[in-house]
Amino acid sequence: MRWLVATVAETVPETARAVTLRLDVPDWPGHRPGQHVDVRLTADDGYQAQRSYSIASPPESDRLELTVERIDDGEVSPYLTTVADVGDQFELRGPIGGWFVWDAGDDAPVLLVGGGSGVVPLRAMLQHHAGSGSAAAMHLVQSARTLGDVIYRRELEALVGPRRAVTVTLTRESPPDWGGHRGRVDAGLLAEQGWPPAAQPHCYVCGPTGFVETVADALVELGHAPGRIRTERFGPTGG
Amino acid sequence: MDTALDGNAAAGAFGDLFAFDVTMAMTTCATCGDRRAVGELLAYMDAPGIVLRCTSCRATQLRLVRSADRAWLDLRGIQALEVHSPTP
Amino acid sequence: MPVVSRGFQGRRRQPGAGLVPPGQYIVDDFPVLTAGPTPDVSLDDWDLTVVDDTGDALARWGWEEFLALPAEDITVDIHCVTKWSKLGTRWRGVSVDTILDGVDTAAEYVVAFCEGGYTTNLPLADVLDGQAWVAYGFEGEDLEPEHGGPARLLVPHLYFWKSAKWVRGLRLGDQDEPGFWESVGYHNYGDPWREQRYWGD
Repeated sequence: MRWLVATVAETVPETARAVTLRLDVPDWPGHRPGQHVDVRLTADDGYQAQRSYSIASPPESDRLELTVERIDDGEVSPYLTTVADVGDQFELRGPIGGWFVWDAGDDAPVLLVGGGSGVVPLRAMLQHHAGSGSAAAMHLVQSARTLGDVIYRRELEALVGPRRAVTVTLTRESPPDWGGHRGRVDAGLLAEQGWPPAAQPHCYVCGPTGFVETVADALVELGHAPGRIRTERFGPTGG
Repeated sequence: MDTALDGNAAAGAFGDLFAFDVTMAMTTCATCGDRRAVGELLAYMDAPGIVLRCTSCRATQLRLVRSADRAWLDLRGIQALEVHSPTP
Repeated sequence: MPVVSRGFQGRRRQPGAGLVPPGQYIVDDFPVLTAGPTPDVSLDDWDLTVVDDTGDALARWGWEEFLALPAEDITVDIHCVTKWSKLGTRWRGVSVDTILDGVDTAAEYVVAFCEGGYTTNLPLADVLDGQAWVAYGFEGEDLEPEHGGPARLLVPHLYFWKSAKWVRGLRLGDQDEPGFWESVGYHNYGDPWREQRYWGD
């Protein structure tokens, strides 16, 4: 897999910490929702740093999108979220990973559970679901600390329809008139928004390592087969 | 605090070595017999190399070291690696 | 050279300019590299042993006994094979000369073994004569778990993967046994001044 040059075509602030980069990547071979890319930055003295980012856009999007959340003492995310501007370039390779992938031909119901920036690959899945006219039912449970930290909030609300549902839970603080859920994702919320194990849903869980392990354990406790649960860990800070 | 990611994070590095999508390959742990997809193994990416460990017993299954022009791969922690037909 | 990203600097670093071995750059922070989970060992259960190659213990200290050994405060430069170097790092530890004092051995090699299974191998001569310590203090504080606490091996004249974190003992032997990284591509000896990073370097 070779390194391709990506040029920033547009930067879109999503939250105070997260930015979506819309990229032009000549020779991009296409991808499946859930896959990721490795991004490599080279400084003018040759020093390099590399990180992985989930692809935020569905395959039918005209530009490749990455949504990056700034980690304060990070090395790559501060560059991508605060320095990179239209016309800037970096390298990426991909698409990577066939494990954490959803394809539109599959009619089984789908439960997506995203913590913080873990929602990024799930947004690609939800957008692809909408764009492909899939007959599957797809429910997203999105966890964030505060309302201001909910990435893609309006965009995902607009995707809600007969076969797509989005539920947001705020874990740290919520406005007094908040109509969504409060508190961490737990078995009750997963059972409420998901399907019984007999329906054999696909479950995709993505976010910080601790979040992923807690949710995956809860899904197994609810009776879902481990083989129907796919996880992607973003590390302790959810980068 | 465990800094582990999972095999998905290591997939880019393995893409240079293997013709198949490593995240979908299944390993059987040589230490405890646990069988699961490489995408589900614990990945330690912040090392002088990449280490994949069994999700169940934490034993090292795979180690990868890369220099500019060479790579070394140790799979002794894996009893068997099961691969479907190669996926681009 | 790959395309340069305008304005990207990366972690604060300076080129070595003669102060550090070839290919290294100097950093201000202290990167954490690990091959596995940070072990959680209670000091009640911790011990440090010197064993021979049949596994017989030649010496053993529990935590309090270990802290009672004469210790030194040292300042050294450290060099990681991933190219970062830190100058003037301050450690407190027990010299390996002290640890092996009274151990009667004709062994030529030592393997440091650690909580979690990590190992690294060295010629015995490289951990004697004031070249190595078992360190439990860093920059005036207790050594943090993510950096190898409660105690790690410290061998500053070799690449830092030889300074094994979470060390639990030294196994003396006549045969050289490549350790965790040495057996999968990293140089058996690892002299940063000769840039011995990988096999065959």
